[in-house]
Amino acid sequence: MTALLEVEDLRVAYGKIEAVKGISFTVDAGQVVTLIGTNGAGKTTTLRTLSGLLKPLGGRILFEGKPLANIPAHKIVSLGIAHSPEGRHIFPRLTITENLLLGAYLRNDKAGIEKDVQRAYDLFPILGERRKQAAGTLSGGEQQMLAMGRALMSQPKLLMLDEPSMGLSPIMMQKIMETIVELKAAGTTILLVEQNAQAALSLADQGHVMEVGKIVLSGAGSDLLHDESVRKAYLGED
Amino acid sequence: MNELPQQLANGLILGAMYGLIAIGYTMVYGIIQLINFAHGEIFMIGGFGALTVYLGLPSGFSLIAAIPLMIVGGVIAAVAISMAAERFAYRPLRGGPRLAPLITAIGLSLALQQAVWMWYPNATKDRSFPQFEGESFDVLGATIQRGDIFVLIVAPLCMLALGLFVSKTRAGRGMQATSQDPDTAKLMGINTDRIIVMAFAIGAAFAAVAAVAYGLKNGQIGFRMGFIMGLKAFTAAVLGGIGNIYGAMLGGVVLGIAEALATGYMSEVPGMELFGGGAWKDVWAFALLIIVLLVRPQGLLGERVSDRA
Repeated sequence: MTALLEVEDLRVAYGKIEAVKGISFTVDAGQVVTLIGTNGAGKTTTLRTLSGLLKPLGGRILFEGKPLANIPAHKIVSLGIAHSPEGRHIFPRLTITENLLLGAYLRNDKAGIEKDVQRAYDLFPILGERRKQAAGTLSGGEQQMLAMGRALMSQPKLLMLDEPSMGLSPIMMQKIMETIVELKAAGTTILLVEQNAQAALSLADQGHVMEVGKIVLSGAGSDLLHDESVRKAYLGED
Repeated sequence: MNELPQQLANGLILGAMYGLIAIGYTMVYGIIQLINFAHGEIFMIGGFGALTVYLGLPSGFSLIAAIPLMIVGGVIAAVAISMAAERFAYRPLRGGPRLAPLITAIGLSLALQQAVWMWYPNATKDRSFPQFEGESFDVLGATIQRGDIFVLIVAPLCMLALGLFVSKTRAGRGMQATSQDPDTAKLMGINTDRIIVMAFAIGAAFAAVAAVAYGLKNGQIGFRMGFIMGLKAFTAAVLGGIGNIYGAMLGGVVLGIAEALATGYMSEVPGMELFGGGAWKDVWAFALLIIVLLVRPQGLLGERVSDRA
C-alpha cells in the first residue's frame, strides 16, 4: 500500500535562508500525523510548501503517487489537499456562510455543498447560529472552527491543520482537539502542526519532532509522548 | 432665484460619470493595491472605440439604435487595452517593489495618450461625438439634456449588476476573497491571476460606458480627456473609501454634487466672491477630498477591520 502523502528530502528556503533542510515523512490514508516543535522549526513552512504557496528548493512531494512540484496553489486543493492556515485567515468581511462556500469554491454539486454547510453547522453549532455575521466579528476560537469547517468544505483526502489551538482559551482548545478526534474517528486523514505537543501527540498515530528545519525524532504518537527527551524539551518537564 | 434643482442635477450627472470610472480604480486597488494611473486613458480609449463604431455605421442609422453598438465597441477597445496592460506591463512586476508598477502606470498613461494622438485619425484635436437632437426635459425644476439621460439610466443599472455579481456569484465571492486575503484565496482553489484580470476588465468596461456618457454630454472627445476625468474619478474612489465599490459610486456622486454646488453658489458666500464659477470647481473638489481625508482617512464607506490574531 502506498502512502497518501510522501515527502522525500524536502528543502525550502526564503531567499538564502533554508527553513526546511531535507525532511522526509509519510502520511497514510486514515492516519493523523503530527509535526511538533518550537517556533521557527519549519513546520508552517512545510505545510505552505505542500499546499503550493511556497516553491520547494529540492526534494519530492508525492500525493497519491503523483508529484506536486510545479502545480500552482489554486490547483492543489482540487487534488484533495485542504489547508487550514496558521492564524486562521478567515475572510473577515464575508459572512460565515460565505466563508464556508469559499471552501467549496471548486465544487459544482449544489446539493452536496448545501449538505456540507449544514454538516459544518452540526459540527460547530455556534457557526450555524451566527451564519449571517461577518466572520471578523467572531472570537478567536470561533474563527478557528470556521477555518476548519471551511477546509472540510472541499471534501479533502488530506486535511492540513496549522496550529489550530494557537491563542485559544483552554476550554476552546479542548473543543478543537475533541473535534479533531471526531474527524479522525470519521476516517479523515489529518496532518497536524502544533506547538501544543501534549495534545497533538496524544491523538496522533505518528509524530515527528522538528528542530531548525530537520526532523530529529519520529515515532508513534504515544511513544513520543512518553519519550524522555520529548518530555523534557516540549512538555515542560525536568 | 432657485437653481438648486439644476445644480443638483448637474452634479448627479457628472458624479455618475466619476463613479463609473472610479469603479476601475477601486477594484484594482482593492485586489492588488495598485493605483492604476493609466485608467483615465482606458476611459479615453473607450470613447474612441465608441466613436469608431459610430463612424463605421451607415448614414441614416439612428443614434438611439447606435448607442448599444457604440457601447460594445468602446467596451471592447477599453477591455482589450486594459487586459493587455495588465498582462504585459503590470503582471511581470508583481511581487516586486510597490513603486515599480506605479511608475509603469504613469508611463503607460502618457504612452496611451500619445498613441491615440499619433495614430487615431485627426485625433490631434478634439473630435466631435454624436449628439441627441431635440428638446431637453424638465424634471422637478431642473433642465436635463437628452444626452444626459443616458448616464442617469445606465450608471444605476451598471452598479446594480456589479453589486449582484460581487455578492451573488461564485466569481464575485472569489473576487472579495482575493481582495481580503490573496494567499488564503489560493488555498480555496481561486485562480487569483484570473480574478485580477477580471477586475481590470470590469473596470475598463465601466470606464467605456462612462466615456460614451461623456461624449454624449460634451459633444466631443479628445486624447487628453482621461487626465482630469481620471484624476477626479480617483478622488471619488478615495473619497468613498478605496477598495469599496459602493464607496466609489457614492464618492463620485458626492464629488459631482459638491463641484456643482461650489460652481453655483460659492460666489454668493461673503468673502468668497472671487472663488465661484466653473474655473474654481477643481479646487473645491480637491479641497473636499482633503477635508474628508483629515476627518475620515478611510473614506466615506471605507472600513478598518482589524483582523484578530
